[in-house]
Amino acid sequence: MARTLKLRIWRGDDKTGGLQDVTVEANHGEVVLDIIHRVQATQMGDLAVRWNCKAGKCGSCSMEINGKPRLACMTQVASYAEDETITITPLRAFPVIKDLVTDVSFNYKKALEIPSVSMPEGMKPGEPRMEQIDVERSQEFRKCIECFLCQDTCHVIRDHEENKKSFAGPRFFIRIAELDMHPLDTLRNRKKTAQEEHGLGMCNITKCCTEVCPEHIRITDNAIIPMKERVVDEKYDPLRWLGSKIRKREGIL
Amino acid sequence: MANLEKHSYDVVVIGAGGAGLRAAVEARDAGLRVAIVCKSLFGKAHTVMAEGGAAASMGNVNDNDNWMVHFRDTMRGGKFLNHYRMAELHAKEAPDRIWELEMWGALFDRTKEGKISQRNFGGHEYPRLAHVGDRTGLELIRTMQQRIVALQQQDKKEFGDFEKNLKVFAEVTITEILKENGKIAGAYGYRRETGEEILFEAPAVVIATGGVGKTFKITSNSWEGTGDGHALALKAGANLVDMEFLQFHPTGMVWPLSVKGILVTESVRGEGGILTNSLGERFMFKYIPDVFKDKYADNEEEADRWYLDQDNNRRPPELLPRDEVARAINSEVKAGRGTEHGGVFLDVSKRIPADVIKKRLPSMWHQFYELAGVDITKEAMEVGPTCHYVMGGVEVDPDSAAAVGVDGLFAAGEVAGGMHGSNRLGGNSLTDLLVFGRRAGVGAVEYVKSHGANPVSDATIAKAAARIEAPFTRTGGENAYSLHQELQEITHNLVGIIRTGAELQEAIEKIADIRKRSANISVAGDRKFNPGFHLAFDLDNMLLVAESTAKSALLREESRGGHTRDDFPTMNSTWRQVNNIASFDGEKVSIKKQALPEIPKELFDLFDVHELEKYMTPAEIAKGGSN
Repeated sequence: MARTLKLRIWRGDDKTGGLQDVTVEANHGEVVLDIIHRVQATQMGDLAVRWNCKAGKCGSCSMEINGKPRLACMTQVASYAEDETITITPLRAFPVIKDLVTDVSFNYKKALEIPSVSMPEGMKPGEPRMEQIDVERSQEFRKCIECFLCQDTCHVIRDHEENKKSFAGPRFFIRIAELDMHPLDTLRNRKKTAQEEHGLGMCNITKCCTEVCPEHIRITDNAIIPMKERVVDEKYDPLRWLGSKIRKREGIL
Repeated sequence: MANLEKHSYDVVVIGAGGAGLRAAVEARDAGLRVAIVCKSLFGKAHTVMAEGGAAASMGNVNDNDNWMVHFRDTMRGGKFLNHYRMAELHAKEAPDRIWELEMWGALFDRTKEGKISQRNFGGHEYPRLAHVGDRTGLELIRTMQQRIVALQQQDKKEFGDFEKNLKVFAEVTITEILKENGKIAGAYGYRRETGEEILFEAPAVVIATGGVGKTFKITSNSWEGTGDGHALALKAGANLVDMEFLQFHPTGMVWPLSVKGILVTESVRGEGGILTNSLGERFMFKYIPDVFKDKYADNEEEADRWYLDQDNNRRPPELLPRDEVARAINSEVKAGRGTEHGGVFLDVSKRIPADVIKKRLPSMWHQFYELAGVDITKEAMEVGPTCHYVMGGVEVDPDSAAAVGVDGLFAAGEVAGGMHGSNRLGGNSLTDLLVFGRRAGVGAVEYVKSHGANPVSDATIAKAAARIEAPFTRTGGENAYSLHQELQEITHNLVGIIRTGAELQEAIEKIADIRKRSANISVAGDRKFNPGFHLAFDLDNMLLVAESTAKSALLREESRGGHTRDDFPTMNSTWRQVNNIASFDGEKVSIKKQALPEIPKELFDLFDVHELEKYMTPAEIAKGGSN
């Protein structure tokens, strides 16, 4: 059952660092996070790693395993060949703090920039009535565990620090879509601000974010593309454009 | 310390799970400046793990439900050891707390009429749990997180600063609650990322740190559940009430390591899963108590027939109540018939076709396949009792959540005691967080308004700083990881689900020994995000929790809810009148008995007197509640 596993773990901080070779025992059924814990307990007491629930529900143990953004608690050791060396590195899109721990504060700053849910004036607690089918669209996006793997893999910011200022990233496109589709939300310009303030237009729908999402949220198909289409409809459709001008002139809009 | 990071707030909330965030929102709404301090990133608290739902008698599915029915269910679940006032406030206020979440953007599953849907759950008379699929905890924590963001956006608009009145200090561990002149003055700790120390000055501190699971070897809790708040409160002079009561789920995975502690839902047994020992014996037939003999099959043939014909056969003994199953597993393992990893086998693969298992237990199949490479359609699972929830906790005033004995200290959520008595009902924890989180916020606001600032002295700071530095000044001392493992072995073997006086006595001595050795822990590496350093402090908290639990368990000579004594196997109505109160003198924990508050007449009258006779003494029944 047990096997000897060869690992290369990135160790270092914001200034220097590099890969270190480690050999460690692995048991049947273990995931990469188990192995990291064993390395921590037996060989590197000060190896830094974030984790919490160890059940794929909190999104803390995000890292790159053989170059792929993954949750370490959801990555089976058995999914790698017997003689394969597993390389473990921190998320590349965010600055390293130490070893496998990165500074993800970018995401918390972006969260502050998206206007919160805005309930209808005068609505009181207990009053809302919503159909299941109507809440389900937003519920898909509320499954997000904020592991930020989609942010890490997104090529708009992965190697382009300069884009971070004007690009919120897939995690926050689904947040905007969630609020936009929220049956009670009253803000009407969410798609427009997604485009104009949060960089929706910079996304060229390569679906990398959808591929890495551990919750299998269809980020591109169900959030990004529908928002893009409607933004485009309103902006470029000549009939709609004409319609909006006429209505405006007639004082309808 | 010239360059010490210092902050000054009205209220410091320790813990960013459901209770801590709800307390923070309340205090901020009242105009106070609030700091939220948590060990993990914002939004990762253990609240996310709650699956079932949040119990509130909204009556959306069955309009016979109301707070009185919910109150009765809660008291029954806790075997009447609950603080009646907490159970009452919880039942009355839970619906408002759920509706409020909806106004903050939460999207619960709906009924056909478009109201919040409610589901059935063990111990609840009516469908009562508001839910979002099986991720209700995530919805709760995210909604609270987004409410905090909304308040920060208001401050940005008004004052130009997101963090003017409400700031989250993520990845900070609090090592000490500070007092001056006998009252709360703040909290001290370190930033986990850098190891640098941090001081919060505040006249009020709310503890909302959650549970203690990591004290035990097999637990469903994350690394954060190290009883920090329990220990901080004890050290600050507060009391812990009834620490002997812990909820163990009988079937947690014990192997593979990657899923150790994770719950295997009861429905695996309900669908035909059987328990066997290392000899291959289906052992549950040996453990049917006399009172259940007429309801449970005593032979395999009848047990197997039950799955097809439930009217003419008795149930399989695998479906006995949780505590009976846990006791049986525990006995098998102790008798040397356990698996290599200290559990027993739970198998559905030989009894049900693979496609049926996948259809009936989709999330179980998926979870173990994905997390551990275990295919439950092909092989048996190794299971044993897993530590899930602590009912005991900080002794508080029910209305204000103020910790008894320490001015300015408040506690809410799992870290607080009393609400759940000797056993918590599923679904009551999420609403507990909201109801008492809010009340702790209100309590802190009122306290701060009537008491001014209480500055921290340099001497107090120096003392707290010296404690953090200590493990770095030693070399070649004890290893925190090894001591933690030793502690977990002791609690698992001697303070676990089934206890005896002799074993508890042995545990108390061994815990004291580890405590002594832990004073000599040394840490390798520097202060920067160093888990060995972090564990040294977490371990100190777990040792105090383990000592409180073992001593409290030794004193309580009866079996009730989450406390089973093999040498005192029955419930005793005299013990129902008693809370075990733990306090700490700086060296050791002592336990004293204290009278449980008497239930008032109007609440007493909500029950059938014949039901109360099972729990109360004849004198109590005759009195009929206090006036």
